[in-house]
Amino acid sequence: MQGEREAAPFRPYPPGTQPAYDVPGYGSTHKRHPQEPLVQLPHTVTESIGPHFSSAHFPPIPDLSLVDGKPALGERIIVHGRITDEDGRPVSNTIVEIWQANASGRYQHPGDQHDAPIDPNFRGEGRVYTDDQGWYRFTSIKPGAYPWRNHHNAWRPNHIHFSFFGSGFAARLITQMYFPGDPLLALDPIFLSIPDQGARNRLVCALDMTVTEPEWALGYRFDVVLRGREATPMES
Amino acid sequence: MPSATSSQTIGPFWHLIEHPEWADLTRFGAAGSKVTLSGSITDGDGNPVTDAAVELWQSDPPSDESFPGFGRCRTDQRGEFRFTTIKPGPVPGRGNAQQAPHFAIALHARGLLKALMTRAYFEGDPLNETDQLLSAVEDPRRRGTLLARPEGKDRWRLDIRLQRGPHGETETVFLDI
Ligand SMILES: [Fe+3]
Repeated sequence: MQGEREAAPFRPYPPGTQPAYDVPGYGSTHKRHPQEPLVQLPHTVTESIGPHFSSAHFPPIPDLSLVDGKPALGERIIVHGRITDEDGRPVSNTIVEIWQANASGRYQHPGDQHDAPIDPNFRGEGRVYTDDQGWYRFTSIKPGAYPWRNHHNAWRPNHIHFSFFGSGFAARLITQMYFPGDPLLALDPIFLSIPDQGARNRLVCALDMTVTEPEWALGYRFDVVLRGREATPMES
Repeated sequence: MPSATSSQTIGPFWHLIEHPEWADLTRFGAAGSKVTLSGSITDGDGNPVTDAAVELWQSDPPSDESFPGFGRCRTDQRGEFRFTTIKPGPVPGRGNAQQAPHFAIALHARGLLKALMTRAYFEGDPLNETDQLLSAVEDPRRRGTLLARPEGKDRWRLDIRLQRGPHGETETVFLDI
């Protein structure tokens, strides 16, 4: 399964494009960030290959907006996008995990104490796979903003959580997708933890009328780039 | 081409994608010697981290339909996690070197804006002496944070500290990969 290309190490992340562990504006980092320097580990087979998920063992959940055929409350949306690596190659047949709050900004989770209604018809979890060209797509409900206790009157911008695996464990990525024009973004220490403004703004999806369905749902596009390999192999 | 997409925290509500059976990597009928890896995660105050997603990945035995090679486990109210898997063998390192048997571990939690990466080796394995990563960690106390300890037959334990403790407890070695 793993040829030469699969075993090539991944490139380092460009400076400023990833958040630090210690971010003073985000209080939960205070007691959870490492204080010792990280130990450099040149990639070995353990880092340069990764898990493969089969849809037989991990079945797709492409629609979060229905439970038992009953529609969730809120603004129905279709989210799609393309997953490529830093060299522009599509990341095909890779698993995408999705989770989010409902339209009221409430997670169906015992730890969520926000006084907003649970929606029994909203499924908070999704799971889809990219096609041969790296495209993924799912249907959901636009999540609501919700308060958190980071600082006085703190509210998270509307967001959807995503998890990606790509082709090697060193490319593992968990992130959040935001919505265009959200005024809470400028106040959010989690969004602002990414130093590079251009990289940060790539977490904001775009309204996409090509997937918007008349009388049905607004469409949004969110493209994702996973780490590229260090050595460019001989190809094609 | 744009650089890789930025990481954001998994947050406190990731249990919406939790499937407890993922902590058992042998559930699809994998052949091989079963082991458990359990442990705890504590923060800089020594308090248990009760909302983490602990991910385990091993490049050996090779993953296939009967063995995913990957598992995920929550930490509970005591900060404890537990995996059941197949014991890995040695895998190639850089050059002609062999690496001692190990698991790769990724930690995700509220307060971690990107994953914390570490490894779990097996204390007492003779290949540990020549393993490239273990050899690169000179302080024996720090090196010890990468060694799971036997707790009985086929049961191993690794306690993880995100920061130096209030009484000088050693911070786990985290990796820049
Ligand atoms: Fe959230």
